[in-house]
Amino acid sequence: MAATVDVRATKISLTGNAGRRRKEGAIRGVLFAAAALSIVISAGIVIAVVGKSVEFFVHVSKAALWSEAWRPRQGQFDIPTIFIGSVLVTVIAMVVAVPLGLGAAMFLSEYATPRLRRALKPILETLAGIPSVVIGFFALTVINPDIVKDLMGASSTFTIMAAGLGVGILTIPLVASVSEDAMYAVPNALREAAYGIGARRRSVTTKVVFPAAISGIVAAVILGIGRALGETMVVAVAAGATGNATRTFNPLVPGQTMTAAIASLAIGSDSVKTASGGVNPFDALYFVALLLFVLTLSLNIVSERFVRRVRKVY
Amino acid sequence: MSAIASASIGSRSAVEAALRGEKHDVRGRVFEALLLLGLLLSLAILVILLVSILVDAWPVLSERGWDFVRSDSSRIASHAGVWQGLIGSIILIAFVAVFAIPLGVAAAVYLQEYARDSRMNRILVTNIRNLAGVPSIVYGILGLVVFVQALRWITGPDSFGRSYISGGLTLAVLVMPFIIIITMEALRAVPTGIREAAYGVGATRWEVVRSHVLPYAAPGVFTGCILALARAFGETAPLLLVGAVTGYLSTGSQSFLETLQGKYTALPTQVFAWSQYPGEDWAQNTAAAIVVLLVAILVVNFVAILLRNRYERKW
Repeated sequence: MAATVDVRATKISLTGNAGRRRKEGAIRGVLFAAAALSIVISAGIVIAVVGKSVEFFVHVSKAALWSEAWRPRQGQFDIPTIFIGSVLVTVIAMVVAVPLGLGAAMFLSEYATPRLRRALKPILETLAGIPSVVIGFFALTVINPDIVKDLMGASSTFTIMAAGLGVGILTIPLVASVSEDAMYAVPNALREAAYGIGARRRSVTTKVVFPAAISGIVAAVILGIGRALGETMVVAVAAGATGNATRTFNPLVPGQTMTAAIASLAIGSDSVKTASGGVNPFDALYFVALLLFVLTLSLNIVSERFVRRVRKVY
Repeated sequence: MSAIASASIGSRSAVEAALRGEKHDVRGRVFEALLLLGLLLSLAILVILLVSILVDAWPVLSERGWDFVRSDSSRIASHAGVWQGLIGSIILIAFVAVFAIPLGVAAAVYLQEYARDSRMNRILVTNIRNLAGVPSIVYGILGLVVFVQALRWITGPDSFGRSYISGGLTLAVLVMPFIIIITMEALRAVPTGIREAAYGVGATRWEVVRSHVLPYAAPGVFTGCILALARAFGETAPLLLVGAVTGYLSTGSQSFLETLQGKYTALPTQVFAWSQYPGEDWAQNTAAAIVVLLVAILVVNFVAILLRNRYERKW
């Protein structure tokens, strides 16, 4: 009886130990600082690409930005040349990656048994883990001679077509995994309802699951486009990294994309010091990077919208 | 009568077919086969890629074997090896591991465990997702401006800032968003009940995270970090901008700090440089260097996938 504590007499503090609370606050601060670092990185990227771009844009003659070729060492900075190059590579890549990636995703999500799924998914993951410079070498030594030259009649060692096909291979795993996630997330009740009224698996896949997951699939394609636009090494290796290109819509000749133009300017920086027409050709690199950054950022924002729509529905 | 019958055969529904016990849905089968083809073509491409590179690399690997791995880079094809690139890549990866993993995991813990659904935090998450989609070459520009030019007095006064420190930090910044996103997903998969049990016995938020949430999420976090390191290992484009040496690299005896501030090369940049040299012997060297690169990356990836399959659990 004597051991009974009078609850009203003892003040129980619920605020806790002061030292412990201080420690908690400090840890929270450190973790927040790490998260806030991402804002610093973003700001850094914007400052890095904008700073010298402005300088370049002010000094370069505007006629040089719309001439007939991309030859930085001769003062020709034809933006359409490298933009068309990027678009060609991206279109070719999507022609490869969208059907293959979507097909693989549909099979994994709707047809494969869990065991088959576990066995087949590592294929895509391994493909995703292969560095782009390796795919570039493959495009240069296998795709170009065996497919582009033999089947399409190109004559050059370097072609935009080979680079585009290589970038397509690189983008398959991305398109497949994002669209597979979207289709896998479609609730089973929808499938069962369709089966209940006698639909077959093909109708369920194409008429129920596909429309229900369309936002995620569109997001997958947009992400793939962004990835293809931003891919550097495949193009630098397989499309000709000489640094020069003339404006063309023909994919069976060597070419230059925005990314590869940046890379070749960076590699050749020691020999590019001679300024032509008052601008340092090296600074063109920042300007192209700014265009590329704006382009991929807008694609990301659009695809994020689509992904969020999927999350909201289910 | 026959007209009606033929019409009904033409538009026969799946229900009717199923009720009559007709299981052969030919078009459905063809459709399934086409889908499988997408997957099998990816597999075929992967196999052709690996085989063609092995075939190209075979003369070098069989003749020189370990000597190719242990030789420094050289202008003469028959003397060139990947040792400097391999060591360079390992040092770069060490930088990524030291900087990107702790910062990335800390950021993810904040966003997933501490942050409330405020405007500020939504901006942080959106920003990180966008960072993950920025092309790697743009990170190279960031590295060039910040680490090579602005911070040259730290990153390497004698090497014009084109040093291991610049390269390593650029790669760390590049993979950090990736690590944050994967870690957040791993944390999200830990059931709330585990957190509530810990809070129930009076643990503070940090104690809950450190002793309960992080250990449960560890396999996912660990796998994600390994995959991020593998990605950094194969990354080439940003290193071209922050000045990895693509040709011959001479190294003297240096102190540790001098090495870190000195010129560097990496395995993927060597692959790129060699792929541009003319001649069959350089093509074979390139393929052999790719084999070394792929063995390193595939081993790492495979370990990560194994770990995930072993520790993956459903709640």
